[in-house]
Amino acid sequence: MSTPERVITYGEAVREAIAEEMRRDETVFFMGEDVAAAGGVFKVTVGLLDEFGEDRVRDTPISEAGIMGAGVGAALTGMRPIVEIMFGDFITIAMDQIVNQAAKMCYMTGGQAMVPLTIRTTIGAGRSSAAQHSQSLQAWLSHIPGVKVAIPSTPADLKGLLKTSIRDDNPTVIYEDKMMYGLKGPVPDDDDYTIPFGVADIKREGSDVTLVATSSMVHTALKAADMLDKEGIGAEVVDPRTLSPLDMDTIIRSVEKTSRAVVVDEAYQSYGVTGELASRIADEAFDYLDAPVKRVGAMDVPVPFSPGLEPQTIPDEAKLVRTVQGLFHDVTV
Amino acid sequence: MSESLELITTSSDEGTLPLPEPLCREIYDKMLTIRRFEEAVLEIYTQGLMRGLAHLYIGQEASAVGICSALNDDDYLTSTHRGHGHLIAKGGKVDRMMAEMMGKVDGYNRGKGGTMHIADMSLGILGANGIVGGGMGMATGAALSGKMRGSGQVAVCFFGDGAINQGAFLESANLASVWSLPVLFVCENNHYGEYTAASDVTAVREHVAERAAGFNMPAMVVDGNDAVAVHQTAVEMVERARAGEGPCLIENKTYRYRGHHVGDGDPEKTYRTQEETDTWLAKDPIPRFARRMLKAGMVDETELESIDADITKRVEDAVTFANESPYPTADEVTDHVYA
Ligand SMILES: Cc1ncc(C[n+]2csc(CCOP(=O)(O)OP(=O)(O)O)c2C)c(N)n1
Ligand SMILES: [Mg+2]
Repeated sequence: MSTPERVITYGEAVREAIAEEMRRDETVFFMGEDVAAAGGVFKVTVGLLDEFGEDRVRDTPISEAGIMGAGVGAALTGMRPIVEIMFGDFITIAMDQIVNQAAKMCYMTGGQAMVPLTIRTTIGAGRSSAAQHSQSLQAWLSHIPGVKVAIPSTPADLKGLLKTSIRDDNPTVIYEDKMMYGLKGPVPDDDDYTIPFGVADIKREGSDVTLVATSSMVHTALKAADMLDKEGIGAEVVDPRTLSPLDMDTIIRSVEKTSRAVVVDEAYQSYGVTGELASRIADEAFDYLDAPVKRVGAMDVPVPFSPGLEPQTIPDEAKLVRTVQGLFHDVTV
Repeated sequence: MSESLELITTSSDEGTLPLPEPLCREIYDKMLTIRRFEEAVLEIYTQGLMRGLAHLYIGQEASAVGICSALNDDDYLTSTHRGHGHLIAKGGKVDRMMAEMMGKVDGYNRGKGGTMHIADMSLGILGANGIVGGGMGMATGAALSGKMRGSGQVAVCFFGDGAINQGAFLESANLASVWSLPVLFVCENNHYGEYTAASDVTAVREHVAERAAGFNMPAMVVDGNDAVAVHQTAVEMVERARAGEGPCLIENKTYRYRGHHVGDGDPEKTYRTQEETDTWLAKDPIPRFARRMLKAGMVDETELESIDADITKRVEDAVTFANESPYPTADEVTDHVYA
């Protein structure tokens, strides 16, 4: 009875999700810089132009504010645009249209208007792209009521969440890790496969510590969990999958079981996703905790270019393992 | 509608070289240095000695050098992701640039910036930029600062045909014009953004410089592979800016001979035609300028060869310098977050 699966890449998940939704609903269209003829700088949208034509797959000028505005306007008036912002760092240029316009429309108009806009953009460091092409700015839009935020870690999650976001009547943002486009994984072979927003996924079960991890850090946490296993520490890896809405229930249930929690996200640590998650856990799971909630994020420095400097700024499994070991200090020493 | 703009070129007059010999030698030296430097970058990148994204300036040398040869040392410039040429033209040192490309501590930015972010404040180079259009406001502000301090400095804002569609252009150009700021907006029209033709995404009749009319500033459309034409235009516009007459928009028509960045495939197989590239190769700014120097009797073939050998050696030395320089130590990572 179970749905057959296929193995595809994270990048192919993007292409399949967009293509399937464009076939399903003719109001869906896709635009961005170099996305059509060239198939995007990461080559994940190759083939869409051939199938759907220039009207629905559009190469735009280099005008992030203008493209985003056009997406908001088209969404307000009956279309379902998907806008790509090549690097998440460039979303700063389009901020007004997202934060002050799209996010506010439904509420400010007393529910008259809706903005079914999907924004796809990238995050992630690690390829010497330096300070303006490496940031993970997911906290910014997660801060804004009226915007939904997904941060998928696998091809299956990316495909399911992107399809949901295209069908959603609200502005949604999908943060894709640019280092993961080649990552392979199984996806259900079903054109109607979607994943609801606000449902976390337990990527690995364990009983001693909960690692709440996002995007690329899910894979880092899984590696750390394997290392911890050898020390007899069973780590459970919980992937929230969407930051807004956030599935606190699954996280709390996990902490209830493990009594310890570490939160890891690739963004600058200060004032970000780890801060929010840690404070929610401390607040809502206080009675279950045997140790303070710890956070692991990127160093609070602009991402440096030099291969001699960059790696240490990004959280890795060794740092995560050390952090977890610190929680067991009383027990193990 | 603006009146139609004439292409400024000296190509019908290639028998002469109306600039003083020392200047000609400097222009030629800088153009060839850029070419050899970029060829070396291509090589080290291909060998895996350099990471990040390398956007080569090969083919566009006359634009940077023609403009910068009209500037004083303390004039400002803002550059782009394709910035190596601008830096060399303004006096940037190839060894420190090369070290930066490799992320080494002797690089201009101590390895923190890399290819897209090299700056040399002592030469008025306010930085290359990873953000398309990112330098427009800054150049305008540097011009404002020069004007407020009464220093007589001008600012040059280099940007591509793609960047002219950023909102930042409208805002900066308008500000510069209403305040009569000494800034030269220099659009290097190489006819493509990354993989998209400028003509597909840019609403102009024929030239992007037409947009200057909307800001009440002069527009110059220049043969950007003609160092003489670019230089002469720049001299006139710099003089005007220093005299307090405000900004201008210069459009240098040119072409990048390579792909958008190293390793992104062969443009002639995808978004451009070999025929088009060939017509631009025939207008290669460096041999074109060399021919004029030869005709004017400033150099002979032997000397051209020795100039090339000297430059090639300087670039090789830069690569050695960069290779030998260490990475910054790990503890430098937290330095310079704040001044
Ligand atoms: C704000 C922003 N949007 C998009 C990009 C990605 N990008 C880098 S270079 C480039 C094309 C720029 O074209 P142009 O301005 O003509 O400069 P050229 O590369 O031709 O020198 C694009 C789209 C970027 N770096 N910054
Ligand atoms: Mg261009």
